[in-house]
Amino acid sequence: MAERKTLTFAVMDPPFETARSTTLLRLLDIAVRRGHNINVFAYEGAVYLPFALQKAHPNPAHGRNAEEENHVLTKDLIAAVMATAERAGTKFDWVNCGMCVDERGADQAIPGVRRGSPADLLKMAQESDNTLVIGTR
Amino acid sequence: MKILNIIEAAYRGTIEEQDDTILWLTTIMKGAGGDFTVLVRGNAINHCVTSQDCSGLSFGGWEQMQPPRLASDTATLIDKGVEIHYVAEDAAERGLRPGDMVPGVKPISRDAVADLCNAHDQVWHW
Repeated sequence: MAERKTLTFAVMDPPFETARSTTLLRLLDIAVRRGHNINVFAYEGAVYLPFALQKAHPNPAHGRNAEEENHVLTKDLIAAVMATAERAGTKFDWVNCGMCVDERGADQAIPGVRRGSPADLLKMAQESDNTLVIGTR
Repeated sequence: MKILNIIEAAYRGTIEEQDDTILWLTTIMKGAGGDFTVLVRGNAINHCVTSQDCSGLSFGGWEQMQPPRLASDTATLIDKGVEIHYVAEDAAERGLRPGDMVPGVKPISRDAVADLCNAHDQVWHW
């Protein structure tokens, strides 16, 4: 394995709106598989990415029920990446911006997600090899 | 560690947040001890225009008494020691003159942006 890095991602987009969220999750998955330590700071609508009350729905256009559809829920993808990191013994720290959570009522996140502030983003960045921002456009 | 925040998306959630979300973020992180520079470019340079006014918004009987004041927020950030640059060509293309901008913001040519990036440890493009 290449040298282990610590990478921070700052993200803004909510789930189910743009491909940027999918791109983020793919980058996280690849980085964790390669053994890197990961920090994520979820800002604005991105605090809904690990929202625990997300529910799968059927897809009538495909004629499949929710189970058959295997509907993508970002909370499940994040949990899967977290599990990979845990098995690999690498760090995976997801911080939801607390004020962003409050104004959206998004206070029920999956286990492993913690509440924080922009000071956490600063600290994460200072302790990282690099930071990638994926902002809303 | 020096961080360059490049703000290019203009008025993103501004009315609801009563801020530009990245000017706000930078202000809070500066208060937490961060070393930041800001570059506004594209339509976001309008954040630094002094004459903007988005007051007067109301819905039914509800009235926004604390509208966003981005020029004031920009000036506050400068007062806190954050250098703020704007791309001069982007301003000219939009008919904005240096006198339209918040005092203290610094024009920079498009050609100089790469050097500005190189002068920082991390570049965050919002």
